Amino acid sequence: MIVSELHLLTPELSLLGFALAVILLDLFIKQKKVLAGVSIAGLLVSAGCTLALWGTPTADVFYGMLSVDRFALFFKFLFLAVAVLVILASQDYVSKFERFQGEYYALVLISAVGMMLLTAAADLIAVYVALELSSISLYILASFLKDQKSTEAGLKYLLLGAVASAVLLYGMALVFGLTGHTCLICIADVVQGMTITGLLGSPALLMGIILLVAGFGFKIACVPFQMWVPDVYEGAPTPITAYLSVASKAAGFAIILRVFFVAFGAPEWLSLGWGMLLAILSAVTMTVGNVVAIVQSNIKRMLGYSSIAQAGYLMVGLATVGMAVGADEVGQSGLLFFLMCYSVTNLGAFIAIIAISNKINSDEIDDYTGMGKRAPLLALALTFCLVSLTGLPPTAGLIAKIYIFSGAVSHGLLWLVIIAVINSCISAFYYFRVVKVMWLGAPASEEKVPSSTALRTALSLCCLFVLLLGVVPGSFVGIAEAAARIFGS
Amino acid sequence: MDLDFSYLTAIIFLPIVGMIVIALLRDPQPKTIRLTALAFTLASFALSIAVFCLFDRSGGAVGQMQFEEKLSWIPAINAFYHLGVDGLSLPMVVLMTFLGVLTVLVSWKIELRLREYFIWLLLLETSILGVFCSLDLILFFLFWELELIPMYFLISIWGSGRKEYAANKYLIYTLVGSAMMLAGILSIYFITGSLSMMELAGLALAAPAIPLTAMFFLLLTGFAIKLPVFPLHTWLPDAHTNAPTAVSVILAGALLKMGGYGMIRLCVTIFPEVALRYAPLLVVLAVVGVLYGAAVTLRQKDLKRLIAYSSVSHMGYVLLGIFALNQISVTGATLQMFSHGIITGLLFAMVGLVYDKTHERNLDNLGGLARQMPVIVVVFSIAGLASLCLPGTSGFAAEFIIFIGSFSSVAVSGMQVYTLLGVLGIVLTAGYILWMLQQVFYGEPLEKFDGVPDADSIEKVCIFSFVGAIMLVGLYPAVLTDVIRLGVEPIIGLVGL
Repeated sequence: MIVSELHLLTPELSLLGFALAVILLDLFIKQKKVLAGVSIAGLLVSAGCTLALWGTPTADVFYGMLSVDRFALFFKFLFLAVAVLVILASQDYVSKFERFQGEYYALVLISAVGMMLLTAAADLIAVYVALELSSISLYILASFLKDQKSTEAGLKYLLLGAVASAVLLYGMALVFGLTGHTCLICIADVVQGMTITGLLGSPALLMGIILLVAGFGFKIACVPFQMWVPDVYEGAPTPITAYLSVASKAAGFAIILRVFFVAFGAPEWLSLGWGMLLAILSAVTMTVGNVVAIVQSNIKRMLGYSSIAQAGYLMVGLATVGMAVGADEVGQSGLLFFLMCYSVTNLGAFIAIIAISNKINSDEIDDYTGMGKRAPLLALALTFCLVSLTGLPPTAGLIAKIYIFSGAVSHGLLWLVIIAVINSCISAFYYFRVVKVMWLGAPASEEKVPSSTALRTALSLCCLFVLLLGVVPGSFVGIAEAAARIFGS
Repeated sequence: MDLDFSYLTAIIFLPIVGMIVIALLRDPQPKTIRLTALAFTLASFALSIAVFCLFDRSGGAVGQMQFEEKLSWIPAINAFYHLGVDGLSLPMVVLMTFLGVLTVLVSWKIELRLREYFIWLLLLETSILGVFCSLDLILFFLFWELELIPMYFLISIWGSGRKEYAANKYLIYTLVGSAMMLAGILSIYFITGSLSMMELAGLALAAPAIPLTAMFFLLLTGFAIKLPVFPLHTWLPDAHTNAPTAVSVILAGALLKMGGYGMIRLCVTIFPEVALRYAPLLVVLAVVGVLYGAAVTLRQKDLKRLIAYSSVSHMGYVLLGIFALNQISVTGATLQMFSHGIITGLLFAMVGLVYDKTHERNLDNLGGLARQMPVIVVVFSIAGLASLCLPGTSGFAAEFIIFIGSFSSVAVSGMQVYTLLGVLGIVLTAGYILWMLQQVFYGEPLEKFDGVPDADSIEKVCIFSFVGAIMLVGLYPAVLTDVIRLGVEPIIGLVGL
């Protein structure tokens, strides 16, 4: 019965409704700030619905297309929270646009709907549709400034994204062709019975799995699918860059986790295989991200590479999942907790950058010189977030690393953890360069850098959570564990 | 022990409270900021003295943690907010709170970005105290890393010379060390499922998945960088030379001790057998450190760099004492950590004073200051003599105990030879200390230093407190060794020689 299942989709449906309402209101309302208010209201309503569903038992809806479980709800809530902060951070930015303000907000909401559906998708077709829904909105958003860099960013993102989608679709087609199913659980049934020689005997299926990794790899920006990141991050409107680096990445991790755990979690040799593949990709990703970040002079590009490095740390969690299938869920819960911490930290950093560059109209690190004097609170917040990205106390970053790495060590990935901790040391180099410039340099002008209430609210929320997650992480870890528990056998 | 008042939490977090108060003050006078910082560090010091007096020294207290506090913190990984002190950590806590008060006095004349300065200084104090009081590995690690941020800013903003280079070097060196340490801690957690230092003591496992030796060295690397052990010491002269005076005092006085403390508390206590197996290697490194450090010190022209290198040499004794692995030598090593903390703390404070007054640190350009600054010369000489082990000072008590202990040690064959080589270091120490005193204070007075003021009253309070402590421990070392013994005995029992 489809109608009786509709209440399980209230978060998505209500958000979609609000997105359409924003577009319509845009036609009649002169005072465009109202649109931001309506968008936030929509996100809050949707978040309320999500919370209300937390207690309901896991349910498959629409004939197994979507799965409403705590894992999906966790991510939905995360996306909604991120979207609220992004919209708060966008207000100043958007008010400069002459046209299409309503579309901007609506697209942010629609891409959030896409990501929410993506995390719940339990069927390859649903995965693809949801992925496209979120991606196409993001392509448009990336080119929203319509200046040279932004257009280039949008076009690059669109072209490379289209290639990635094609690769993904091809992979799905092969998997469907060889197993006869698109639903993840049905694929698992077929794969479960295979032997290692059986799989090697059908290279097309192997190819299919590898193409899936490539398609999703684009979304999470792991090496070697990270090429689009720096240009797109630099050119896109900064709030959208923040959105891409946090929500879109989290969605990618959510779907990789679900597809690989559910469809390819058994037999053991297979999960160990992709676990090891991801472990190697993880080591390469974090190293490339960190090393290349060192030489960047544009702060958005630097954070772009830094987000590649962070994806590397997150993949430690994915690799652990592969190593630990059937044993425990430390990999999943580590990944979820890390995503929570990474989201607030990275958003905080981007919001501080938005506030600063609004005034100085530059993203060059050298232009941040003396920001400690010109905007002490913004500089302090940015410093705090960078400290968290480095993984130093008393911030979320440290606890997140400890937690995700402890899971990895317990499943034989000590070598990967050692690479990861050495990478953290490398990362200190470029994060602290920004800190150094801000606090030690003499300011270029004495002019203060003001910031709007919306930005300050968003930034304080981020910093508050970075601190809370770093000092009293107990209950947050509990939530991550509860969400990861659906993967228990 | 059932105590209603959480002494340790109060001791650790009073500086943070002070920091918040300073941050929230509206348009404060410089004096208000200084007095606030002083008040909170004094309160913390007073409480640590109270703990020292209330500490149970009876025979039943051997190996017992006292003033324990335990609260659940991150249940998912079995981490607790678990504090406590025993004979090993208590002297370090007292040392740090003592230095905390004195560094505020040393910093009295700072004017540049005063508020920020005290905020970082107080945060630094909290983090170091936290390291000495934590009984949970993750909590320990958290405090250990927390120290980095204030140090980075204190060196890079208020330092001198190549301060940014020194700050970066310090940051990267320490991060590499703590990265290894984190890997070690996580391995221990994986093998045992526990993060409690109490439960982990004397870990004996048959064929664990990760070799105990690997874990031992992962942890040891972190501590060895901090102590520092030759050849991982190269960050230290840079950091010391370019740091502001108060930070040098804390760095030499308490931060280096985190390394020695960690070695005893984690490396030796958790892996006694591995420690015994690799003791020869570490003892050799210790002796090399002592002699190399002293030899390099002899060549220094910069007063601050000279004291910094002498720390490398003196920390070599600590390492020697620890890995001689007997009751007396480890007691000596702990006493040496305390004693070096106050002696070198005083030496750096004195160098700071001389530099403040004369704006000169190069030995070639100094001379004949004895006439111009009579108080400073006396105190500087006392500190120097304590550093070269003059009987009656804490330096003598500590190093003598180490030598007695290591000479009779059976942990490493040929220990007597190493001990004798180590004793040679004292001769070199005498060489550079006396030469330095002579260069700075004696000879013909220089005209350019005429009218240079002597120590003022705040400075006198500060340096005489140091002298008092040095004399107290020197004349009556039992005040500390009685306590230290309680902590060391069970640890040496685990080594089982």
